[in-house]
Amino acid sequence: MSTVVQKKGFFPVLWDYLTTVDHKKIAILYLISGGFFFLVGGLEAMVIRIQLAVPDSNFVSAGLYNEILTMHGTTMIFLAAMPLLFAFMNAVVPLQIGARDVAFPFLNSLGFWLFFFGGIFLNLSWFLGGAPDAGWTSYASLSLASEGHGIDFYVLGLQISGAGTLIAGINFLVTIINMRAPGMTYMRMPLFTWSTFVASALILFAFPPLTVGLFLMLFDRMFGANFFDHTMGGNTIIWEHLFWIFGHPEVYILILPAFGIFSEIFATFSRKRLFGYSAMVFATVLIGFLGFMVWVHHMFTVGLGPTANAIFAVATMAIAVPTGVKIFNWMLTMWGGSIKFTTPMLYAVAFIPSFVAGGVTGVMLAVAAADYQYHDTYFVVAHFHYVIIGGVVLGLLAGTHFYWPKMFGTMLNETLGKVTFWLFLIGFHLTFFIQHFLGLMGMPRRIWKYLPNQGLEVGNAISTVGAFFMAAGVLVLIYNIIITQVRNERVGNDPWGDGRTLEWAIASPPPFYNFKQLPLVRGLDPYWIEKMEGNDRMTPAEPIGDIHMPNNSFIPFVMSLGLFIAAFGAMYQVDWRASDGAEYGWAIPVLVIGMLITIGSMAVRSLKDDHGYHVHKEDLEKDDEEGGRL
Amino acid sequence: MATTTGSTSANPKVNYKYRRNKARQEMRAHVTSFAMMIFLTLIAFIMVMSGFDKYYVFPVLLLLAGIQVVLQLYYFMHMSHKGHGAVALFLYSGALVALIVIITFMTIVWW
Ligand code: HEM
Ligand SMILES: [Cu+2]
Repeated sequence: MSTVVQKKGFFPVLWDYLTTVDHKKIAILYLISGGFFFLVGGLEAMVIRIQLAVPDSNFVSAGLYNEILTMHGTTMIFLAAMPLLFAFMNAVVPLQIGARDVAFPFLNSLGFWLFFFGGIFLNLSWFLGGAPDAGWTSYASLSLASEGHGIDFYVLGLQISGAGTLIAGINFLVTIINMRAPGMTYMRMPLFTWSTFVASALILFAFPPLTVGLFLMLFDRMFGANFFDHTMGGNTIIWEHLFWIFGHPEVYILILPAFGIFSEIFATFSRKRLFGYSAMVFATVLIGFLGFMVWVHHMFTVGLGPTANAIFAVATMAIAVPTGVKIFNWMLTMWGGSIKFTTPMLYAVAFIPSFVAGGVTGVMLAVAAADYQYHDTYFVVAHFHYVIIGGVVLGLLAGTHFYWPKMFGTMLNETLGKVTFWLFLIGFHLTFFIQHFLGLMGMPRRIWKYLPNQGLEVGNAISTVGAFFMAAGVLVLIYNIIITQVRNERVGNDPWGDGRTLEWAIASPPPFYNFKQLPLVRGLDPYWIEKMEGNDRMTPAEPIGDIHMPNNSFIPFVMSLGLFIAAFGAMYQVDWRASDGAEYGWAIPVLVIGMLITIGSMAVRSLKDDHGYHVHKEDLEKDDEEGGRL
Repeated sequence: MATTTGSTSANPKVNYKYRRNKARQEMRAHVTSFAMMIFLTLIAFIMVMSGFDKYYVFPVLLLLAGIQVVLQLYYFMHMSHKGHGAVALFLYSGALVALIVIITFMTIVWW
């Protein structure tokens, strides 16, 4: 047991998490920080809804409203939804393909810390002179005119966390291509792994345009360039293109993994093989591909002309076809199955009509001529909340209940889970269904207040009531999590009893090396196959041998911290130059020091050999005799 | 084991003679493509220096550059070897996405 030390106490545990390169612990880090940002974004949403509950309200001022609205969207997309998806990808994908970890454990940790520090940086704007206020899309003509440092926080924060996302995406691509267990062919990969694969490919191609856009914006705002300033020969539309060339694939980066989670849940609780597996795979890939050809549908009203609008309208509508294929396959998976309505299954069933509603309004918006009417009204707000909450967030909540036992070894309370579900679902439809009509009645999007007697009162009041239902649902979930962890009743490897894929074949949570022996995969749903043949475990594909493990490392944390520090320097050097060197003399030194920390830690990482260590065969065997407590 | 004495491979199953042969073939491919690349570069220079019309020079230059990229990828960056399927897939889909964006901009967005 020399290699494995059971750590106790708060600080050793903290240190363990700060330095971990284990995908299961990184998953927990993503879950906690993504969950935290979800609560922050949720709080901002509540402020928005309270402000809009009654006409002519003065709950928050106009400027503060813009900041809250911007931070709500930015936080929810970049700091809540994406990291929460990464939490499940990290927790589940290596197990599903029968791997001992991701391909690059060090990079996995680096990706997390970059996201984390980027997110913290962005949110520090609240305390340092005001948050960004140009919407999550931060259109250049608006954001270049924004005073203070809000937009700078947006640009630098997203740049840092975006780098983390890109790293994480590449890591998953390499992992899925190279680390599959013997017998795990591409067409035997579970759908969640497939959708992670496609989403990672989308990250690989979609994040660079965002990086470029943010860089141009950074130079425009902080170093006097004029890429987007038309008075100086720039072009503000370039930002819109860059943003949406990233932005539309981004919404598929969010929804595809959620589709994956639902596919697992449908098959598990219908106790049937997923209907039309190969069609599902094909549809996923096709959606990913088409996702790159539709970005102009966000710019129909910019005036690109009828040709551009017509082509992009048709391309956009085409996406509805593979999406429809998936919807029908899920329904046919349930058809004739012996369905168990567990909490995750409830989410999955509710997801179908909710998401279809969002898809239908999507196709309506895709009719370019009609979009002139819908654009920038609450109709669009209703559309994307139906796809994002009805799709992504329901998927995340379903995943939380479904994978909780695998991640923590305890089972969330099912009754409380169902209470959360009903509160959240009712609240969601109450909040957003009515917004379709508010939009059609002409209520503009991103508006701070509206006047009485324009027919908007009732709808907005209902909408706010719904938001409180959702908040109540989230509170019940938090209570559920706390009591579950306090009671700490441990569960076995397959707590739902119907697990089909490899992650359910090993302990909950799995030992740090995952599989003592890599499993032999004999088909789709490998664990189900073994169970049907009366085996209680997977057939091993290799004899017990030494397992090579990576060492923990503090370097990713330091590397990300360096960029975090440098970002402050980059931002305040603007004031230093504006004051002709009279104030903020520390800005440039801080920029340099931050960069030196990052570059220095990269050098340490490159020059110092770290070969990891081995878990020895004898320890593994002894561990078996002692009942697997290693 | 004895049959593989002299092999530099970490894998004793790979026959020495076979590897030598393979290496020689690869060397030939390297040299050939290197010569071709120099030749193509020469053409490019001559074309520019002799002052042809620029509507003729631009597309031909782009074409020559494209050929060089392919040679580089296949003969020097080992894409001709086995097991590079995933790499090729990602390279080509990335190129395709970029191409679509460029074509869109050139035809319907900023025609
Ligand atoms: C059938 C599939 C879909 C179609 C046809 C579609 C179509 C559209 C169109 C045309 C717009 C622009 C509306 C406007 O601004 O006037 C839009 C906005 C939006 N969609 Fe979708 N969409 C689809 C699926 C999705 C999915 C799956 C998501 C996310 C998970 C999503 C998220 C969004 C967001 C966030 C916006 C608003 C962006 C903004 O301006 O802030 N959509 N959609
Ligand atoms: Cu879109």
